[in-house]
Amino acid sequence: MSEPKIQIQDVSYAYGDQQVLRNITLDIPARAITVLFGPAGGGKTTLLRLMNRLNDLVEDGRMTGRILLDGEDIYAPGFDVPGLRRRVGMVFALPLPLPGTIRENVTYGPKLAGLRDRARLDEIVERSLRQAALWDEVKDRLDSPANALSGGQQQRLCIARSLALEPEVLLLDEPTSGLDPISTAKVEESLLILREQYTVVIVPHSVQQASRIADYAAFFLMGELVEHQPGKRIFTTPVDKRTEDYVTGRFG
Amino acid sequence: MRNRFVAQRVGFALLTLAALVVVIPILTIVATIFIRGAAAINWEFLTAMPRDGMRAGGIFPAIVGTIVLTLGTALVAIPLGVGGAIYLSEYARDTWLTRSIRLAIINLAGIPSVVYGLFGLGLFVLLMGFGTSIVAGSLTLAIMTLPIIISTAEEALRAVPTEFRTVSASLGGTRWQGIRYIVLPQALPGIITGVILGLLRAAGETAPILFTVAAFYLPRLPRSPLDQTMALPYHLYVVSTQVPGMPSEIQFGTALVLLGLVLSLNIVATTIRSYFRRRRQW
Repeated sequence: MSEPKIQIQDVSYAYGDQQVLRNITLDIPARAITVLFGPAGGGKTTLLRLMNRLNDLVEDGRMTGRILLDGEDIYAPGFDVPGLRRRVGMVFALPLPLPGTIRENVTYGPKLAGLRDRARLDEIVERSLRQAALWDEVKDRLDSPANALSGGQQQRLCIARSLALEPEVLLLDEPTSGLDPISTAKVEESLLILREQYTVVIVPHSVQQASRIADYAAFFLMGELVEHQPGKRIFTTPVDKRTEDYVTGRFG
Repeated sequence: MRNRFVAQRVGFALLTLAALVVVIPILTIVATIFIRGAAAINWEFLTAMPRDGMRAGGIFPAIVGTIVLTLGTALVAIPLGVGGAIYLSEYARDTWLTRSIRLAIINLAGIPSVVYGLFGLGLFVLLMGFGTSIVAGSLTLAIMTLPIIISTAEEALRAVPTEFRTVSASLGGTRWQGIRYIVLPQALPGIITGVILGLLRAAGETAPILFTVAAFYLPRLPRSPLDQTMALPYHLYVVSTQVPGMPSEIQFGTALVLLGLVLSLNIVATTIRSYFRRRRQW
C-alpha cells in the first residue's frame, strides 16, 4: 500500500475532564472511502473534527498525539490552519446553507481564498454541483436563495460547497442522517464517484450504510478504536467479539 | 367551566387595560405638544436665528446643533460600540476580565445622565482641553450611548447560530472573515436597533451637554468642531424656565421640532433595519 494520506498517531482527546478518545492510531489511505462507525458517543465526530482542526474552536478541549497529513504534522506550531481546512473539507450532519444564494454558497470558500475571476468561479460552480449530483436540479436557479432547497438538495449543496475548494480530503459527519432514502442514495452515489479523486472519511449514519460504501472500515466504541480492516471484511468476519455484537445488531 | 370562561375574560380585559395605560400618556403628550406647538411652526421658525432674547425669530441654530451633535455621537459611538460588541461576543473568552467588562457596561447604563455631564466636563472640556465644544459634547454623549449599543449589538451577534461560524471556518475562512461575511450581516438588524435606541436617547438629552457644549444663546451656526452650539433639548429648557415673558407657542414649537426630529430619525433607521431584515435568511 502506498503512503497513507492521513496518519493518526496515538491520539487522545478530552473535553474538560471527559475523555472522548483514547490512544487512537489509524492510517487513512488515499483515494478511498474510510468509514468510522460505531454507536453514538464513540468519539468518531471528534476524531473527524481533529483532522481539519475544527476542534480548535472548542475552548476546553485537549489533544495529545499527532495527526499527519502527507507526512506533515498539522498541529505543528505555525501550521496554516485556514489552508489546512481548504485541503481537508468537511460536511456536517445537518445541512446548513450559508445565508445567500446557491451560487454564493458554492463560491464562498474560493472567494475567501482570494479568487475573484468570474469565469473561473462559474466553472467552479458547475463542476462542484455536478460532482455533488445537484447540477441538473439547480442549474436554472443558481441565484435563488439556498435555503429554499429541499433537505437532500441542501446537503448535496454543502458537499458541493466543500468540493469547490478542490480539497484533497473530504470529511463527512453523518451526511445523510436527515435525508430520505432517495436523497441518501444520491449522496452515496456521488461519494463513490468522488473517491476516485479524493480521500473520503465518513461517519455513516448506520451499519448498513457503512457496509455499502466502505473501502476501509474502523469500529469505534467508547473512545476506543476496537478494530480496523480493509474492504468489507469487518462486516462479515469481524475479529473482535464487540465488533461482531455491534454489526450483527446485538447492541447499539 | 363557567369560572374559567369568566377568568379568561377578566384576564383579557386587564391585559388590554395595561396596554392602554402605556399608550394613553404617550398620545396625550404628543397631542398636547402638537396642538399647542403647531401654531409656531413656519418657515421662519425653522430657518431663522432667534431674536429678541429668543422670544421671537427661529430656532435654526438649535436644530443644526442637535443634528451635528447626534452625528458626532454616531461617529464615535458606532465604531467603538460595535467593535466592543464584536470583541466581547466573538473573541473574548469567559474570564474575570470579560466578566468585569460586562458588569461595567451594565452599570454604565444605570448612571444618571448628569453624572456623564460632569464626567465630560472634567475629562474632555478641562483635562483634554477641548473646551466647551461640539467635540466635547459629542464625546460625552457617545460615552453615555456606548452601553446601550454594546449590549444590544452583543446580543444580536450571539443570536447568530454558532454553526455558521463553524461552516465558515471549515471552508478555510479565518475568524475575521466569518464575522465579516456571515455573522455581521446577519446581526445587522439587531445592531441597528441598538444604535437607534442609543442615538435617540443622545439626541434628546440635556444634562450631558449642559456643561460640555450647549450655548444659552448663540444666534449663529457653529463655525468648527471646537465651537459651542445651541441644541434643542437645552434650548427647550431655557425657553421654558429661564426667560420671562416667553410665548408658549415657542416653547411647544421647540418641543414639537425635537419630537419630529427624533421621530424622523427613528423612521429612517427602522426603514434601513427592515431592508436588512428582509435580506436575512435562516
